[in-house]
Amino acid sequence: MRLPLVGALALSVFMGVGTTVRAEAPGDPTAVKEVDGKWFDAQSKPTYKVQADGTVDWYTFSGYRRYHAECHVCHGPNAEGSTYAPALKNSVKNFNYEEFYGIVVGGRENKQAGNDSVMPAFADNKNAMCYIDDLYIYLRARSTEAVGRGRPEKKAEKPPAFAEAEAKCMSAK
Amino acid sequence: MHKLLLSTSVGILALFGAGVASADELLDLQKNPKQWALPTGDYANLRYSKLKQITTENVGKLAPAWSFSTGVLRGHEGAPLVIGDVMYLHTPFPNIVYALDLNNEGKILWKYEPKQDPSVVPVMCCDTVNRGLAYGDGKIFLAQADTTLVALDAKTGKLVWSVKNGDPSKGATSTAAPHVFKDKVLVGIAGGEFGVRGSITAYDVKDGKLAWRGYSEGPDSEVLLDPEKTTFLGKPVGKDSSLKTWEGDQWQIGGGTTWGWYSYDPELNLIYYGSGNPSTWNPAQRPGDNRWSMTLWARDLNTGVAKWVYQMTPHDEWDYDGINEVILADQTIGGVARKTAVHFDRNGFGYTLDRVTGELLVAEKYDPAVNWATKVDQDKNSPTYGRPLVVSKYSTQQNGEDVNTKGVCPAALGSKDMQPASFDPDTGLFYVPTNHVCMDYEPFRVSYTAGQPYVGATLEMFPPPGDSHMGNFIAWDARVGKIVWSNKEQFSVWSGTVTTSGGLAFYGTLEGYLKAVDVKTGKELYKYKTPSGIIGNVMTYEHKGKQYVAVLSGVGGWAGIGLAAGLSKSNEGLGAVGGYKALSDYTALGGVLTVFSLPDYALPIVAPAN
Repeated sequence: MRLPLVGALALSVFMGVGTTVRAEAPGDPTAVKEVDGKWFDAQSKPTYKVQADGTVDWYTFSGYRRYHAECHVCHGPNAEGSTYAPALKNSVKNFNYEEFYGIVVGGRENKQAGNDSVMPAFADNKNAMCYIDDLYIYLRARSTEAVGRGRPEKKAEKPPAFAEAEAKCMSAK
Repeated sequence: MHKLLLSTSVGILALFGAGVASADELLDLQKNPKQWALPTGDYANLRYSKLKQITTENVGKLAPAWSFSTGVLRGHEGAPLVIGDVMYLHTPFPNIVYALDLNNEGKILWKYEPKQDPSVVPVMCCDTVNRGLAYGDGKIFLAQADTTLVALDAKTGKLVWSVKNGDPSKGATSTAAPHVFKDKVLVGIAGGEFGVRGSITAYDVKDGKLAWRGYSEGPDSEVLLDPEKTTFLGKPVGKDSSLKTWEGDQWQIGGGTTWGWYSYDPELNLIYYGSGNPSTWNPAQRPGDNRWSMTLWARDLNTGVAKWVYQMTPHDEWDYDGINEVILADQTIGGVARKTAVHFDRNGFGYTLDRVTGELLVAEKYDPAVNWATKVDQDKNSPTYGRPLVVSKYSTQQNGEDVNTKGVCPAALGSKDMQPASFDPDTGLFYVPTNHVCMDYEPFRVSYTAGQPYVGATLEMFPPPGDSHMGNFIAWDARVGKIVWSNKEQFSVWSGTVTTSGGLAFYGTLEGYLKAVDVKTGKELYKYKTPSGIIGNVMTYEHKGKQYVAVLSGVGGWAGIGLAAGLSKSNEGLGAVGGYKALSDYTALGGVLTVFSLPDYALPIVAPAN
């Protein structure tokens, strides 16, 4: 399930964008429940599922792909950071799904002498917002190295529910 | 002017004095090898210096003379200017400008720091780089990240005028150096990954008044094309040549940005540059040739109207952003003396054109790994004349959306990126910093939102099969299109080069080495590890009888993204033993200018003047 853009904006306001939020670790990423090809942990937060033969769930793959279009020009390939933006595979160990959501929607600024960095707000970017759970799931998989560097070699088929939600979200005005 | 410049101190007084009239002050300045008055060294972008105190014999004794920290950590591209006794140095965002007194060990004469909205930072694709300053009419020109072009009094650093060239809230930014040609200052725009519509704009150096703006795509009146007189491979481009090659109004977010180095031929009064990739990176979303993205341009300096265009990569499918510099060397080809334009494109082909007519003379691969096209069709009678012959297996258009096209060489960063090459009239060869990297590329559907990334592809990069090095420094014969010698480098060579009458080519490496090699053989004669990785350009100047070589260190830029944590694909199975390691194992951030010279004991003995 995806939050509509309006909902996302409301969430960002609720969370107080741009202010420091006390970080809360995301907890155990083990997938316990599946809904239409998408996996959730015990707290009903989106998570990854890697089968014994290395096949990743579709959302992990989709997150990998969108990450390497929207995020990697700053955060580096494989979520390992660049010379000027943090390694998100580490960042997501320190904050939970809601905080991740708030930062993507609202952006943030970090001030360090000579190396100020600015994360833009992606609230009105469908290429990010229509895939925000996918991005989170991919980063979570990278945070535990459940998914290694590079493109996952085997992936689950694209679930019909995903295709439907994607088409709806990307064509929404 | 010539006479005045014989004495640097008198020359500088004349520069700043009121009422000094010259038809083209910069033309005089660039003839004096003691200075480095243009970001490109000279109008022709040769990056060749007649200084020869440092030679193949004594370069081994080269040593750092002084250094200067810029106080900024991000990627440092470009090089300082030296005019008279003053060095002008720029930094990445926040785009500080320093005037340093060469008579007083680099003491800061003045400092200018603009106030910019930091929201411009995340719309800069690939780090907050700035590639330098320009000088003209007693002013130093800075193109700030937020697209504001400022003119500073060269003597005091005070703002003389400023003008806004683009809208960063829509993803438009400035990374390139401005270029002063005669009485105009030219600036480009960056933001191809944000769907910015590329343009080049000329302003009057006196007051910043807009002279003309030529877009890369759109109606003829905005692209500044004359349907009858502007030619493409010898033929008139015809009416609506750009509009006809885009679906609907996609040209309005069509990319074709202009963030490279520009050159100028004062005899022809033509300026030369390349336009970048069409937006998005997903070719299926923008049917057509997408003219005039990926194009080499020759425009009239006074009017901006194009004399000729040449599109190198019609309907780009790989992000082979065509912005690299156009080097204006005069060469004899097939027994005919030609005014040529030489361009090493991201797509891996080295092009030699007649710069008067735009005729294609040579187009050959300057890295043997290049595989996306078999060749550029040079048969004038062929229907595909001038076009690359694309290999289907490597065509991301033919393979389609959501398909991972594997093993394409070069990678999106190109066989060479913006780091400029140099020419040596003594050897007749070009010295080219190159990338030796391939990629897998998967395009997919994206939606456009103003000011947000508009990319539409994911890619992974790795060295060509069987190789473990990711760069080469090569000598290229542009008359025939052949590599003369090639030096392997562990990482991409991301630094601009300079060649000198001392028989040397200088360049920097991503690990941080400044290197000097013999132009004839490529033999490495000197290296020194500077404080950080080098993505800046090497330059040289003379002060008080001594030749200096200077380079900015400060790793970052595209290289900082792709290489800081190692390339994305494991090289297991590629046969590379030892392979590459993350750049972060070699160097860390930090903007420092290091200036080299020969120690006094090593100076050649020269009979005193007079």
